[in-house]
Amino acid sequence: MQEAMINRAKQLLADGTVNRVIGWKRGEFAYDITPAVFDSADELDSDFVFDDFTAANVSKYLVKESKKEGKVLAFLKPCDTYSFNQLVKEHRVVRENVYIIGIPGGPKLDAEKIKAKGITGILGVKNENYTLKIDTVYGEETMPFYEAVLDKCASCKSKKHVVYDELMGDEGDVLDSDRFDMVEKLENMTAQERYDFWREQLSKCIRCNACRNVCPACTCEKCVFDNPASGVENKAPADSFEENMFHIIRAFHVAGRCTDCGECSRVCPQNIPLHLLNRKFIKDINELYGNYQAGEDTTSRAPLNDYRQDDCEAGIVHERGVE
Amino acid sequence: MLKISLDKLDKLFEAVSASQTLYIPVDREDGAAEYKKYESGMKLSSALNTVRSAKDFFFPQTENLVDFKMEGKNIEVIDVREESEDFVIFGVRACDARSFTILDKVFLCEPVDSYYKNRRDHGTVVTMACTRPAETCFCGTFGIDAAAPEGDAACYSDGESLFIEAHNEKGQKFIDSVASLFEDGDTAKLEAVREKTREVLKKLPLANLTTDNFGGDKLNEYFNSDKWGELSESCLGCGTCTFVCPTCQCYDIKDFNTGHGIKRFRCWDSCMYSDFTKMAHGNPRLTQLERFRQRFMHKLVYFPANNNGEFGCVGCGRCLSKCPISMNIVKVMKALEVK
Amino acid sequence: MQVNENKEFEPLIVAFCCNWCSYAGADLSGTNRLNYPTNVKIIRVPCSCRVNPMFILRAFQRGADGVILCGCHPGDCHYTSGNYFTRRRMTLLFSMLDFLGIERDRTRVEWVSAAEGAKFAATMNEFTEAVKKLGPNRRLEDLRCRKQ
Repeated sequence: MQEAMINRAKQLLADGTVNRVIGWKRGEFAYDITPAVFDSADELDSDFVFDDFTAANVSKYLVKESKKEGKVLAFLKPCDTYSFNQLVKEHRVVRENVYIIGIPGGPKLDAEKIKAKGITGILGVKNENYTLKIDTVYGEETMPFYEAVLDKCASCKSKKHVVYDELMGDEGDVLDSDRFDMVEKLENMTAQERYDFWREQLSKCIRCNACRNVCPACTCEKCVFDNPASGVENKAPADSFEENMFHIIRAFHVAGRCTDCGECSRVCPQNIPLHLLNRKFIKDINELYGNYQAGEDTTSRAPLNDYRQDDCEAGIVHERGVE
Repeated sequence: MLKISLDKLDKLFEAVSASQTLYIPVDREDGAAEYKKYESGMKLSSALNTVRSAKDFFFPQTENLVDFKMEGKNIEVIDVREESEDFVIFGVRACDARSFTILDKVFLCEPVDSYYKNRRDHGTVVTMACTRPAETCFCGTFGIDAAAPEGDAACYSDGESLFIEAHNEKGQKFIDSVASLFEDGDTAKLEAVREKTREVLKKLPLANLTTDNFGGDKLNEYFNSDKWGELSESCLGCGTCTFVCPTCQCYDIKDFNTGHGIKRFRCWDSCMYSDFTKMAHGNPRLTQLERFRQRFMHKLVYFPANNNGEFGCVGCGRCLSKCPISMNIVKVMKALEVK
Repeated sequence: MQVNENKEFEPLIVAFCCNWCSYAGADLSGTNRLNYPTNVKIIRVPCSCRVNPMFILRAFQRGADGVILCGCHPGDCHYTSGNYFTRRRMTLLFSMLDFLGIERDRTRVEWVSAAEGAKFAATMNEFTEAVKKLGPNRRLEDLRCRKQ
């Protein structure tokens, strides 16, 4: 796949369709890829990579890239196309300046999960028939492929590309996923249990803002939490309240716009399951206002920019779930 | 050297925690390790390192500096400083141990930071030699020997026993306080383990990384390098690298209005943030390129320029494994290096 | 939170009231000499839709034990549709607070028209009682703001 992508990118560069390519660049180790822009065939040949670790969603970079001179080629996985489409809908990217090639999605791997098995000193990772052969300084290790799959890929919602100019590989379908299972499990706990769960999780937060900065839906020019004049700017969680507030507001601000790409949880250095907050909103929206998938189209009204006269009252919260 | 059997570690922890607060790295449910206050039953983590570094103990993410109370036209200034209690951090790795030396250069030079010094004076650092370094480790680049860590006292494990030796008075005091648990031990096997660790260190992918071409005299070459654009292009501007870094020491001082007074507190700041060093006139570094450059120039050029050649990095590898886009000091050094 | 002379817990209630209906409703309950607890502090907003989630959270941060949002009845919004948006927003926010284990009785939305002075007073009495039963807000408070 990687070779086909490089070849196609070189063609498009050569015939002038695009003048640069956004993709993933090889790192020092087997897994540490970096999103990057490639300007030439040479760069593509030496550094472009597409493998089991290229999980990073590059659509957010297109907010900036699409405003530059000339067209950019972007390789988007199915989940990335939802994010991109949502940005199109919000007029955050210039669609005409992006040439999109839809590429097959994951499942992608999580290096942290390999390390969590006690495997360290990793020199190389090979996938042989869904068994990972990991070459380390301490000798070769093996583990099942599926035990190292990223959480976001384990509960994949769709293999379908919602926007593209051309497609490489076969088109997939929207999947039945179990992505709301954990949300449901939490809903069925008592309030005290839920409170304890989230206190434990959110107290790990170091306020690095990685979840916010990586989020393709978080595209405000200036975040309220970075604005000293807002009165709520807090560079560090000085009190547990600030941890709660940041995460509630972060999730709320993308409610109805979050495509559930799962980047927030992927990048969290403290492994906080932030996607559960987003999924709670998605689940509520689906249940209360009808099924809605952000990024699926560019014309429908977002659930929080919309209303029906017979919407339920806020008191419904008192009637649902476990107290 | 004195030794204690590894299965008696909990006895050691009990004894230490009986007289002062003890912090040890423990495994969290999600597999990551973090320092926790020791309570009975806790097990020492076997992880190579914690996600958050040990700098928290001396330079916490937030701390209250002073309180103000307004009464009429009078402002009452309340000094909230308290003498810190004695505490022990056990199981600090060689890289983190060196980070304290670096932080000391910042906080203990004139004018001395009394908040930091207070905790530093009362904290005893007991280090633990590494036996299974990871691919992200490059402490050797900065002259650190992972098999012989610094600290007030150092521990080594040969797989059966834990050996301990003091490096200074504080460390000796710590050992004396629990000496009854230890016995004299033969270090032959330990030497073999250490030798093996050093062999592994030599085989690590970053073993050949050197700082030879960096330092205080390289300001212009590197500041004006045309590589910064490419390197910083995909930086998200989050603070992960700075907040997991054991040597990042920048902070901001803020006032918080509680509704009935003001709390002035200090909190970690990140040079990756858009309002870093924001002043009355605005911000001196307007683009992510400049902010990104600041971080690495500080570690590789400015810090050594002001501190007799000591670099502002200890090679712990946290930023290598935690950066959301895997851009880090190693990639920067390799891309930038002019031989 | 306040404590009265009998050391009984007195909750602090913040009520966001829309200018056109609920604030006038509060006024009417006053001119009708109806009683509602002094625990309730009213903040007037141009429309219930002006209230964003941050307002609710910050009220809790600064010591509120309960927050109630009052606006025009659906269909009666002075700006045609503001309160419809409020309704969706607050439903999702309250559901999220519930998800985080915050007591659900600490938050409420109530539609009160300018003619419903009696409803305003009754709602405030009822809500204050409900929050009183819950006790002080501990799960969503900022310790720094707690009065010693």
